Amino acid sequence: MRTLSVESIDNLALGAAVLGTGGGGDPYLGRLMAKEAIREKGDVRLLDPDEVPDDALVIPSAMMGAPSVMLEKLPNGNEPQAAFQAVESYFGKKAFAVMPIEAGGINSCIPVYTAARLGLPLVDCDAMGRAFPEIQMTTLTIGGINASPMVCCDERGNKVLIEALSNSWAESISRAVTISMGLASMIGLYMLDGKALKRWSVRGTVSLAIEIGRRIADAGRGKLDPVESILELTKGYRLFVGKVIDVQRSLTTGFVRGTASFEGLEGHKGALFEVHFQNENLIGLRDREPCAMVPDLITVLDRETGRPITTEHLRYGQRVVIIGMPCSPIWRTEAGLCLVGPRYFKYDRDYVPLEKLAGRAGR
Amino acid sequence: MSFRLGIDVGGTNTDAVILDPGNHVIAKAKRPTTEDVSTGIHEAVDAVLTLSAIDPGEINHAMLGTTHCTNAIVERKGLARVGIIRLSAPAGLAVPPYLEWPDDILGHLGTEYRIVKGGYEYNGASLTPPDPREVEEALKSLKKQEVQALAISCVFSPVNAGQERMARDKAALVFGEDFPVSLSSEIGSLGILERENATILNAAIRRIADTAYRSFQSVLAGHGVRGDLYITQNDGTLMAVNYARRYPVFTIASGPTNSLRGAAFLSGLKEAIVVDVGGTTTDVGILRHGFPRESTAEVLIGGVRTNFRMPDLISIGLGGGSLVRWRDGSCSVGPDSVGYRISSEALVFGGKTLTATDVAVAAGVAAVGQADKVAALDGRMLEAGIARIRSMVEEVIDKMKTTSEDVPVVLVGGGSILLPHQLAGASRVVRPEHFDVANAIGAAISQVSGAVDGVYDVAGKGRDAVVSQVKEEARQEAIRAGAEETSIEIVELEEIPLAYMPSNAVRFRVKAVGNLASIRAPS
Repeated sequence: MRTLSVESIDNLALGAAVLGTGGGGDPYLGRLMAKEAIREKGDVRLLDPDEVPDDALVIPSAMMGAPSVMLEKLPNGNEPQAAFQAVESYFGKKAFAVMPIEAGGINSCIPVYTAARLGLPLVDCDAMGRAFPEIQMTTLTIGGINASPMVCCDERGNKVLIEALSNSWAESISRAVTISMGLASMIGLYMLDGKALKRWSVRGTVSLAIEIGRRIADAGRGKLDPVESILELTKGYRLFVGKVIDVQRSLTTGFVRGTASFEGLEGHKGALFEVHFQNENLIGLRDREPCAMVPDLITVLDRETGRPITTEHLRYGQRVVIIGMPCSPIWRTEAGLCLVGPRYFKYDRDYVPLEKLAGRAGR
Repeated sequence: MSFRLGIDVGGTNTDAVILDPGNHVIAKAKRPTTEDVSTGIHEAVDAVLTLSAIDPGEINHAMLGTTHCTNAIVERKGLARVGIIRLSAPAGLAVPPYLEWPDDILGHLGTEYRIVKGGYEYNGASLTPPDPREVEEALKSLKKQEVQALAISCVFSPVNAGQERMARDKAALVFGEDFPVSLSSEIGSLGILERENATILNAAIRRIADTAYRSFQSVLAGHGVRGDLYITQNDGTLMAVNYARRYPVFTIASGPTNSLRGAAFLSGLKEAIVVDVGGTTTDVGILRHGFPRESTAEVLIGGVRTNFRMPDLISIGLGGGSLVRWRDGSCSVGPDSVGYRISSEALVFGGKTLTATDVAVAAGVAAVGQADKVAALDGRMLEAGIARIRSMVEEVIDKMKTTSEDVPVVLVGGGSILLPHQLAGASRVVRPEHFDVANAIGAAISQVSGAVDGVYDVAGKGRDAVVSQVKEEARQEAIRAGAEETSIEIVELEEIPLAYMPSNAVRFRVKAVGNLASIRAPS
């Protein structure tokens, strides 16, 4: 049996930021909350999906809202209990375990916090294998799993249970609820049984994030080349080595859209790279030719330390390595691409798998 | 004539300079920093006044940059026991104050905090109404714990400081009018934990800052200097001394900022890498448009996370007083140093300790002290020592660079005599005149600023009108702080649209910076 200790949380947050593809914001608060809950309640058990009985109830846990508000109006601590009680009474069944919905930012650590507070195990999986901005963008949606009943709780003790017609409706209604709660809420949604979990979750995300984080941290102690080590672990590709020469951003309806431009260094001298992002990095172009596209993962790493650089921290002059990592095969189905493919994000391109694009460009 | 006196108290030396109205250095002096700080200031000021032979009454402005507060936090010296009132309940109970603070600093500050009802939403609406009686009870219980200073924080206090002010007024009733109270809304921006941390640090150092500034004032008064006194902040601008007493935390890391600004001024370069070699450490920073590039990494002060804007720096343990060890054909330099005792302990000054300065003198790189005292040193060791010093600095220069192209490197600080005239990665090495007192010059040329921070409705007047309005308000603030109108520039305009706002309120943080009136613009 594996457990998550206080020490593993820093690695989890760091590795999840690599899988977070530039989005998700600062994991600082989630990290503090998870560690404090573990210190108080003890280590959290980490279960493989196969260890979850087919009929057991698993509940994903996350926070929703504006990151700047979450960093100001901190949680009360009772939200996880409130959320889980609401769902348990709806199903008339006790929750067996907690799972993460996404990797990256605060939501890499919130499920650990919830699990610790409730004394439940955490399942080693998530519903994206990366980070995405909207609630319906999960592999669970593809599996026909309903995000409803979804519960939103605030720090005062307000609780709203949503039964929406579709997962897209769950997204828009829960966002309206979150606004009235003061722009931040703790959410529980996509309750599923062990059988569905085994079929539709992205397996191993938590342990993968911890291992990525550990390798980056170790590299800081001079043990190995962090980038090479991450690529080996994720079957990824080194797309470009360069420095940031320009970053353009604009804020539209809650999305930070923009483009970062890079000039080649080392073997890529003379070449140019562009990363287009909408909160997360979505398309990577080398000399205007696509190298990687959503839902495959594109992450910008510090060339020296291997630490991930989020889109809000990209700035002129940084020397970076841009890597591509293949997404979960569930995303590469027609239904998956319809939900999170390039066209959903308004890029006029058909999805081509990373292996094909990057293989063409050479590793 | 109106002159300016710039003073920089470093870990090893206290430097003083006098500038004339045209920004020419008319006198400079360097004296060892003393344990009590003020003796070192006294000696440096005494020396520089004697050298300049001006009437101290003609000094209109005196600017002091000091590491006093940083050192107090880093060395855990003289810190007050702090009591915290956080107005946030029921929010915030999941994340109490002091999480992940180093244990040794908590040994001095204690861990007394009270989380009480209160706080605001993002739009300034009440999160929970505070209960004045609960606040009063919390204050009384902190008084029983014999706290020596208070830090008060509140959810979204940068948007509305009303509840923090209410708590401050209650504190005056419970603790007395003169009790030091620090409000988070006056210290930091959004992000309650980092803002609260900075407020706690501020509370912890107010007493020692107050003592230090008082003795600084009396030293200057003793020399007949009656001009206005300013303390430099970490953004390269000045605070009047009475303001600095209440907000000493803003002076943290002002030393590196002063040295970078001084280097820009002395070299005339606006884009360059600056290597500041002191007695014990070397700080390497980078200039962008004449100002220090700011760090985007989390800023830890004495192991405590804050959200200050700090210059992006790399520090290494190399200085004029660094100990040099020669064993089995390999040579190490630092990180330990004889510090301010270099003038008595280094071989060239008649002492018995082999320092980096001795190696530089013996190798013919530098010329200070008595060269004959190091004439007998092993030639192989000198070669290895000089190579080591050079490679230590070249490595940091490479790390700070943003391109592979060579860039100009400006050498400042008394210890920079250790370095050769050519360095890998440097398009040229500039050693400006008065390089040894760049910090004090940086302090003397510091500007004043005016800041505005508030939430504005952009729906009514339109965004452009609001932007002009907040810029003008910041400009007026700078003028009130003593800035000359034509020199004022808006150096910072941060627009924070609060996502999903039903109204169109936007938070603006604006900073305007200008030269002190009667002083010519630094180039």
